[in-house]
Amino acid sequence: MLSWPVLSVTTFLPLVGALWIMVMQGSDEAVKRHARWAALWTTLVTFGVSLVLVWRFDPSSAEFQFVEKKPWLAGTISYHMGVDGISLPFVILTTALMPICILASWSAIQSRVKEYMIAFLVLETLMVGTFSSLDLVLFYLFFEGGLIPMFLIIGVWGGPRRVYASFKFFLYTLLGSVLMLLAIVAMYNEAGTTDIVTLMRHGFPPEMQKWAWLAFFASFAVKMPMWPVHTWLPDAHVEAPTAGSVILAAILLKMGGYGFLRFSLPMFPLASVDFAPLVFALSVIAIIYTALVALVQEDMKKLIAYSSVAHMGFVTMGIFAVTVQGVAGGIFQMVSHGIVSGALFLSVGVVYDRMHTREIAAYGGLVNRMPLYAFAFMIFTLANVGLPGTSGFIGEFLTLIGTFKVNNWVATFAAFGLILSAAYALWLYRKIIFGRLEKPSLAAVRDLGMREIVILAPLVILTIFFGVYPKPVLDISAAAVTALIDNYHHALAAAAPAKAALLGF
Amino acid sequence: MPDVLDFPSLQAILPELILVLGAMLLLMLGAIRGDSATGVISGLSIILLVAAGAVLAMQPSGKVLAFHGSFILDDYARFLKILALVGSAVAILMSIEFLRAIGRERFEFPVLILLSTTGMLVLVSAADLIALYLGFELMSLALYVIAAIDRDNARSSEAGLKYFVLGALSSGMLLYGCSLIYGFTGTVSFAGIATAAKAGGVGLTFGLVFLFVGFCFKVSAVPFHMWTPDVYEGAPTPVTAFFAAAPKVAGIAVFVRATITAFPGIMTQWQQILVVVSIASMVLGSFAAIGQTNIKRLMAYSSIGHMGYALIGLAAGSPDGVKSVLVYMAIYVAMTLGTFACIIAMRRADGPVEKIADLAGLARTKPAMALFLAIMMFSLAGLPPLAGFFAKLYVFFAAIKAGLVALAVIGVVTSVVGAYYYLSIVRTMYFDEPAPGFVPMRPELGIVLAVTGLFVLLFCVHPGPLVDAAGAAAQSLF
Repeated sequence: MLSWPVLSVTTFLPLVGALWIMVMQGSDEAVKRHARWAALWTTLVTFGVSLVLVWRFDPSSAEFQFVEKKPWLAGTISYHMGVDGISLPFVILTTALMPICILASWSAIQSRVKEYMIAFLVLETLMVGTFSSLDLVLFYLFFEGGLIPMFLIIGVWGGPRRVYASFKFFLYTLLGSVLMLLAIVAMYNEAGTTDIVTLMRHGFPPEMQKWAWLAFFASFAVKMPMWPVHTWLPDAHVEAPTAGSVILAAILLKMGGYGFLRFSLPMFPLASVDFAPLVFALSVIAIIYTALVALVQEDMKKLIAYSSVAHMGFVTMGIFAVTVQGVAGGIFQMVSHGIVSGALFLSVGVVYDRMHTREIAAYGGLVNRMPLYAFAFMIFTLANVGLPGTSGFIGEFLTLIGTFKVNNWVATFAAFGLILSAAYALWLYRKIIFGRLEKPSLAAVRDLGMREIVILAPLVILTIFFGVYPKPVLDISAAAVTALIDNYHHALAAAAPAKAALLGF
Repeated sequence: MPDVLDFPSLQAILPELILVLGAMLLLMLGAIRGDSATGVISGLSIILLVAAGAVLAMQPSGKVLAFHGSFILDDYARFLKILALVGSAVAILMSIEFLRAIGRERFEFPVLILLSTTGMLVLVSAADLIALYLGFELMSLALYVIAAIDRDNARSSEAGLKYFVLGALSSGMLLYGCSLIYGFTGTVSFAGIATAAKAGGVGLTFGLVFLFVGFCFKVSAVPFHMWTPDVYEGAPTPVTAFFAAAPKVAGIAVFVRATITAFPGIMTQWQQILVVVSIASMVLGSFAAIGQTNIKRLMAYSSIGHMGYALIGLAAGSPDGVKSVLVYMAIYVAMTLGTFACIIAMRRADGPVEKIADLAGLARTKPAMALFLAIMMFSLAGLPPLAGFFAKLYVFFAAIKAGLVALAVIGVVTSVVGAYYYLSIVRTMYFDEPAPGFVPMRPELGIVLAVTGLFVLLFCVHPGPLVDAAGAAAQSLF
């Protein structure tokens, strides 16, 4: 067995690539070309390294694996990394999507390519770090640090209202996160450590759980995003460049759900029980309301952005049902949504690169000129709807089952969301792909090129593969999910007699 | 009194002696050789500051009392003295070319900085009210003159005059506070006051409030901040850089030492003052900065806000709190000097400029400078993984531990407001279309910017040494 720190290598390899690109010299054209290739190779190698994690991961264990621990800040705050079945899928999702993002920006980004690639690689380090840190301060460092490159990506390479969108994205997220920071500080004060593994077993006093839960919720609800703090997302998506939207939808949103699983449930179980009705209510509103909002959108990206909010509603609902199906479904839904929404944004990017508009009304009848594109877009649309046989179905179905066991009404209302999602997704598809090709501007549009096929083909395959055979993802997370739920119920059971005694007294 | 001049006392003030004797010699050199020797004098001043720092660094750790207990040299003093010396030395380094370019190359400038720095060192080591006042005045008088160094410029003269009038007023209040404290406790030494003040009393509290007025003025905490934006804007930029770093360090140093060592018994009295001052500073610093178009004025409001954060640590009143103040000040000095290195480098062929709009598109005309200034801005905003985040983190650790939760919540919320204007500068540099480019950066500014930038960027990799040193320094007050 080799003993190299594979998790740290996965995390910091992109940073090395970024430094490499930073010191590149030469003529503009040469630097552009080299920066692209360097970024692509870095992300591919990182993906390769991250596969070692999958290969050596022991799915039967609920413990953290590939653990690295070194003293860092004074006291008990350490550089502590590790993954379990909950975080590993997200690490892989991140490393897998990065090369696709680099490829998607290949010709779309022509100005300041060097800086663009650096920003993406730095962002990759911060995202992988977020999912694999086992210390709260370290987690916060990565979590919050990710704002800086994303701010620049939206602001420098974004659309016409990019300044507004980038500021809104940044300040919204920051405001949520700083409250979490205070909760982290308070937890350190209470438990004397910020080590996540230790904190999971700590058992915070009920009163404190309530406040800390709310502080963490402020951060993750914004990030997720949950209704009513989702309004930054459509703006950010519309203005961000294609690859930025992909990362935003596929990875950054998942940090919220990951945070609920990693912190809110295991560390504040009592508060989670108390606040579960709140989460259910917000989730159901998100599922139905944002689906209705999506129905009236005229901008393709905005429509997909609202559909993301609705899909994330299923995730929060499933997580706070705290049943095996609910939580496993939530994780699966996040992975699936990462693939599908990422792919949808890439599909929008394909036509945007050709026509430079995202107006739904500007398109129609693309199937006549772009049959391959129509096929790929159809798969992703159906997955977005949650059609059986695509990955979207598994996640939504599991979360619905998981929630139904806990609360029938919530599950019933959420199921309405499925109908609505079929309505807007199919409407979008019909408007863009079907009908007569009447617009003169579309008459000469080309079908997918080689690079675009390379980008979309793996996503099509994964969407169908996971729809038919979801076992790999579910197996990886199974042990960790079971342990999470067991610990949760133990904590509740332990607190119950105390509560009863208090009442009896 | 032969023992006043005994050898141990002189050894304790060796750094001060180096500076003050050196300043006299350089003054004579300047008087003989005239303004043409300014370059040499500046260089020698920096060497003197470095020498004083080296002496401090080599002294064994531990507590030395000198001059009948009115002067104290402990780890706390050493830490902050070195910080102040760094601030002063870098300020001189950055000023040489700037003052030459505006035709204000005067040999008095580095000498005045030396004298002012001597005052800071005395202030940091003051262990009674007399030494405190002496250090205070020695530091301030030199600062008043330096603010008006560009004497034909109306704004610079105005800055000097404003600073002087308000500063004199605050010195008067400070002195009044000292006399009240002396009147109610019968002693001027901090240790004596601490013993006598256990009982508290209205008179003593009055004295404390007046004393705090003087301190708040020096560190430009709200509501005694009014001079700051005008002086920052009016004074030549390297002078502003100096004002923003070293005197703030000395001011905070004496603020903390006097509060912690002289009034531990009446913590409930001063804690509420500090909480209010700190909240007011953070709120004003973040909201008032939003509308600024001049980057020096913006930095003035930014520094007001930062002093508010540093005072959170003092309000906690614990060893952790003092440690967080020290870490905060060290990181603040690095961020301030780096930012001002950029502001000084904002120079077109026809002279220096200082509007935020002049930075437009800097990322394309000067990518390295833009990158480092962006790092400084993100760090000032307190974003991880930069040093400014850790500065705030330690402060909040101390505040929560001391139960000041509301203060911490207001602190983080205002930091989000503050992030807005720091981001606006990044936006101007990265998102906007380029304005005419600046002339190439002077190498010494580049070095300052690179060193501070790397410190801010890489602090997270190995924060141990600074944090441990601050912890040891803080411990020596308790």
